[in-house]
Amino acid sequence: MDLFFFLLFAIIAVVCGVNVIAQRHPISSALSLIGVMGSLAVLYLLLGAAFIATAQIIVYAGAVMVLFVFVIMLLNAGAEERTGRRSLIAQIFGIPALIGLLGVLCYFVQRWFPNAGVVNFDAWQGGSAQNIGYSLFTDYLLPFEVTSVLILIAILGAIVLARKELD
Amino acid sequence: MVFFIITIIKLAIIAFVLLTALAYLQWVERKVIAHVQVRMGPSRVGPHGLLQPLADVIKLITKEGVIPPHVNKFFYLGAPFLAVFMALISISVIPFGTEVTLFGYTTKMQLADVNVGLLVILAVSSMGVYGIALGGWASNNKYSLLGGLRSSAQMISYELPLSLALASPLLIMGTLSLREIADAQSGFQLGFIPKWAIFSAPFPQIISFLIFMIAAFAETNRIPFDLPEAENELVAGFHVEYSSMKFAAFFMAEYANMVTVCSVATLLFLGGWHPLWPVAYGSNFVAPVVLFIAGAVCIYHGLNPARPMDKYTLPAFGVIFFLLAALMAFPPVIPVLMPLFWFLAKVGFLLFVFIWIRATLPRFRYDQLMGFAWKFLFPVAVLNLLVTGFLVALAS
Amino acid sequence: MNGLPVPNGVPISWFLLLSAVLFALGVAGFIIRRNILTVFMCIELMLNAVNLTFIAFANQHRQVSGQIFTFFVMVVAAAEAAVGLAIILTVFKNRETLNIDEVNTLRN
Repeated sequence: MDLFFFLLFAIIAVVCGVNVIAQRHPISSALSLIGVMGSLAVLYLLLGAAFIATAQIIVYAGAVMVLFVFVIMLLNAGAEERTGRRSLIAQIFGIPALIGLLGVLCYFVQRWFPNAGVVNFDAWQGGSAQNIGYSLFTDYLLPFEVTSVLILIAILGAIVLARKELD
Repeated sequence: MVFFIITIIKLAIIAFVLLTALAYLQWVERKVIAHVQVRMGPSRVGPHGLLQPLADVIKLITKEGVIPPHVNKFFYLGAPFLAVFMALISISVIPFGTEVTLFGYTTKMQLADVNVGLLVILAVSSMGVYGIALGGWASNNKYSLLGGLRSSAQMISYELPLSLALASPLLIMGTLSLREIADAQSGFQLGFIPKWAIFSAPFPQIISFLIFMIAAFAETNRIPFDLPEAENELVAGFHVEYSSMKFAAFFMAEYANMVTVCSVATLLFLGGWHPLWPVAYGSNFVAPVVLFIAGAVCIYHGLNPARPMDKYTLPAFGVIFFLLAALMAFPPVIPVLMPLFWFLAKVGFLLFVFIWIRATLPRFRYDQLMGFAWKFLFPVAVLNLLVTGFLVALAS
Repeated sequence: MNGLPVPNGVPISWFLLLSAVLFALGVAGFIIRRNILTVFMCIELMLNAVNLTFIAFANQHRQVSGQIFTFFVMVVAAAEAAVGLAIILTVFKNRETLNIDEVNTLRN
């Protein structure tokens, strides 16, 4: 059952990932990226990180990607045109080389981590809001405060860059 | 396996009840707005217009679904579907009552008791923005693009005060599971004041409740924040190119969102399914008494009918109300139905407030709306969170 | 594949593989695509792949620090998206194009 869920969401994630780079219109890429984030959120949930999974949907898929979609709509970005400058070698050997590279990668990862352990979903639920909150506000308090300053700087930067020039 | 079958049965019941309730919520809205404006509202289709939602559904299904040729078909067809999908998912984590035991099987009155239930509702309402933004963009029309963008910007701006207003009572309750939040508000302090969050000990969460309700109006695109979809501004905004069932889907999504935010407000601030005063002082009699009074009013008006058809329909409704009152007074059924009654009464009251405000207030201009969110509501929500946190830290 | 571990769980290496595949897709998209917005989205794809690795290792070592790191990665990604999109808007206002091949002069 664990294997089935993992394979299902991993395949959805990879298909959406391929779609992100293969689609011509940026808004289709954006929606495929939201699909990747959603399936990754389910995988985080199965890995015991319930808070991070919902934070991923609220912050990443629900705010950052909305920002992307807004900019695409405002700039009226159209579909990319294909130019005919592709080299013949890339077209023939591109996909087989990619599959070969991934095969080599699989082999090496299996070699290096043969007894790395098995994940049983639901075996560890340590990612609850309490644990994360406790860790965040005691051990990692300084990075937390620094990221608040970082967000403030980002807000100021975005406002300054995007405002109309006062002539 | 048993869990699976019970869940499917609950799913069927909740889906049926919810979809019927959404259709009749529209009837209630039209009747209430009509009576506020001193007119009748739907009254021809069936007794008191009760079959009007059925007529609307038939009309919308059989209307010609025009798909304009200049739209981006995939997103045009997918946007209302996405909106309804997200709106209905958030209903699945809302608890309606306590645990019930029927025919030997114990189950909770909730579809999915997730221990981060509140975050799931926030997540799904963040995703609900996409239905409107994509619907507006895919229609390939200046007005719907502007309406869609304005509506999405409004929804994400008001998500901030909404989340901060939700964080304040969470500091007091200490849990994210919706069922545990409602259960933390059981009991009474000083003997008769319920321990609801708006009356709670370190800091009564009244400001949070008001901020949440205001932000909820903006999140669901209701008046006074409904400029992006108003019919006399922007040529009806983001759904101008939609017809028949797709248009109905957007409206069903809006009503489902309304039900969700009212349920969350009830669970977090008004104590969920816990009664207003203790059972020892007779709060179990509220339901039968209210229904009895409703039945008596119906029968009285049935005896002096204003219209000839009322001579038959109003007494029939009176008899139905009397039967319901008898049901609610029946002791074996009380532990199951009484929490459900209180929950539905509170949610119904909040929905009535939504409809009442729609009938009463004019709408904001867009810059007033956004200025209100960022310059007033967000700082007040932050201050409220600070004060609550400080008082909770002092108290413990 | 021989050497497949016990079937009633998912080996950690599979999560790392998924993460590597997504990261490789992100890099490929970053290099191949010419629309600046798609390039930006491939950066976000890479960040998501890294998040998955962190959470997988947090589960394996039964510590919550991996998830805290993911939290910070998300915050930084959000800040970067905000500023980056503001820059893209400014570039679009000046150059009227979203094609990164055409934004290759240092002055107009």
